[in-house]
Amino acid sequence: MTTATDTAAASAKTPEETAAPDPARLRRRRRLAQWGFVAPAVVFMLLFFGYPLVRNVVMSFQHYTPKTFFTGEAPFNGTDNWSAVLQDALFGKALWHTLVFTAGSLLGQFCIGLALAVFFSRRFPLNGVLRSLILLPWLVPMVVSGIVWRRILDQDTGVLNTFLGALGLSGDTPWLTSPDMALLSVILVNIWIGIPFNMVILYGGLQEIPGELYEAASLDGASAWRAFRSVTLPMLKPVITVVLVLGFMSTVKILDLILALTDGGPADATQTLGTLTYQNSFVQLDFGAGAVVGNVLILISAAFAVFYLRANRTDGK
Amino acid sequence: MNSSTDETYHRWDAEAMARCGKRLGIRIEQQSVPAAQVMTKALRMASSKSLPDIVQFDASEMPTFAEAGGLVDLLTLGLETDGIPRGIVEFGSYRGTYYGAARSVNTLALFYDKDVLDRAGLEVPATWDELRETAERLTEGKRYGLALSAGGAEDGVFQFTPFMWSNGGDETELDGPRVVEALDYWKALLQDGSLSRSTVNWTQADVNDQFMAGNAAMMINGPWQVETLNTDESLNWGIARIPVPQAGDASVGPLGGAVLTVPKTGHEDRERTAGRVVACLTGEKEQLTYALNSWMVPAHEKAAAVWRDRVPGLGALADQVAEARSRTGRLGAGWSSVSLALQSAFQSALTGQSSEAALKRAQQRATSGNRGTRP
Repeated sequence: MTTATDTAAASAKTPEETAAPDPARLRRRRRLAQWGFVAPAVVFMLLFFGYPLVRNVVMSFQHYTPKTFFTGEAPFNGTDNWSAVLQDALFGKALWHTLVFTAGSLLGQFCIGLALAVFFSRRFPLNGVLRSLILLPWLVPMVVSGIVWRRILDQDTGVLNTFLGALGLSGDTPWLTSPDMALLSVILVNIWIGIPFNMVILYGGLQEIPGELYEAASLDGASAWRAFRSVTLPMLKPVITVVLVLGFMSTVKILDLILALTDGGPADATQTLGTLTYQNSFVQLDFGAGAVVGNVLILISAAFAVFYLRANRTDGK
Repeated sequence: MNSSTDETYHRWDAEAMARCGKRLGIRIEQQSVPAAQVMTKALRMASSKSLPDIVQFDASEMPTFAEAGGLVDLLTLGLETDGIPRGIVEFGSYRGTYYGAARSVNTLALFYDKDVLDRAGLEVPATWDELRETAERLTEGKRYGLALSAGGAEDGVFQFTPFMWSNGGDETELDGPRVVEALDYWKALLQDGSLSRSTVNWTQADVNDQFMAGNAAMMINGPWQVETLNTDESLNWGIARIPVPQAGDASVGPLGGAVLTVPKTGHEDRERTAGRVVACLTGEKEQLTYALNSWMVPAHEKAAAVWRDRVPGLGALADQVAEARSRTGRLGAGWSSVSLALQSAFQSALTGQSSEAALKRAQQRATSGNRGTRP
């Protein structure tokens, strides 16, 4: 974006400058200066994004094992890693879990976050205090929340089941210990973690909507629901896109929370692409296979990024 | 480099290294990283040619590093294996070469709450049937008869091995009838209600917490928990061998613990000095000090005999160690694939699948999952 504005500014000025003594030299100097400004960013991108990305792609076609660290040799093995990983039943499972986890988490975080944001944009006593209390889950490190939730969700001694039991409800829910429940429980915990982030950003977006619009809407006889649909949502759209994109990026690559809660278990019920690439690379030390799963994750993110840019472009027009 | 990130272990190691350094006239520097990172960190150091002179690996990880060609044969550095039981020499060996010297080893045993057993008038179980019955009778209210870890990590696999091995099962044939029987036994304990259904989500540390909180009358665990157990003075616990299928069977547990290795750094002098340091740290005297501190069993026979006199309460552990087996003895670096497949299998079985189907799949996965270790 910076480059675009720079060039635009530069070309806008050019007509005035043509009168100057040595236009060619000046232009060259300006070009150089422009590149000078861009260079640090380009170098940074190439070094810290380009190189690892390319390396990861290359690695997925190599037989990359502990021996490689000593000999420096990683023979190319064609698509062996890819076919091995893609044929592994666990990969399909992990892919499915990742999609369910991401969709479920985003849906829950967003809806609850939005509801809370709308709620807090009214004026009432203790609003500020409550709003800051809701931020707490965001402040707790992911691993800590994972460990605490693992205790809360324990089937026999967990607080949640004890509480449910005291209410006379089913106090014997196998939150993390049944393969059918575990993924849902992990999603619920992740929703809890994600609500503050969604709420804060959406709340900020709501403050930007001018109050007159609501006044106009109520003069037109719009109900609260109608005003929400026809004023709040359209005005909030750019913020919503940002929230969802950022949420997607941080959710699809989930690793730490799942490691702390279930370690991918029970019986692989919560394996995601993140835990699978970790397991391949750092438990089995088969770095080629780990790279394959990593690349799939990158592809998914890239596809989403393209989709996002498209949506933004049509927005601009 | 080691994984002594706990204050106590770091201090004991620092003291031992200071003593050995003084004796050899050198200065030894200790670097500790979390256990799960030792391997990856060592590999990174290998590629940047900055390996430390001595690395302490978990014995189940050592074969991977040895297979990559990163370790020096300790016998060429003047270390000896006299007086070390064969099982423990194998524990530190990969394909017949002795790469890792153990200071102490550990294994699993049955811990029990003496008071609870006394009150119920029950004997400490020695066979599977007795264990099942005792556990069932001790299950009462919030308390389960037995706690063990079937978590989805190496912890759970470590705990499954004594049941698999004592029953004659083997990790090279996960779908063999003996392994299926062992898993069915676990399932039976769960179905009896003697094991908590949270078992599949517990680490060995969780199991210890449950035992200490009085939520379990017995547990399968290792001596590294003793320090924590002793913080509760009102807890009156005892220790016994892990029960076996039939009276008279050998109770085969898994050998655990770390080994000191000398990585190939290319500097012969340094490697030789490192060998002398390893020899000093694994000498009888240092072994005994370390073992008494950490509640683990010294590797050396003579040191183990002295240790047994000094901590008579843990005698069962020393017996168990004498019979114990190394996890990587048969499979070497291939253990990690088998371990992952096995975790998934017992978790599936404990949450409803049949043991046979789960283990059949595990065997397929383990043999196809070896893609990384095959050239």
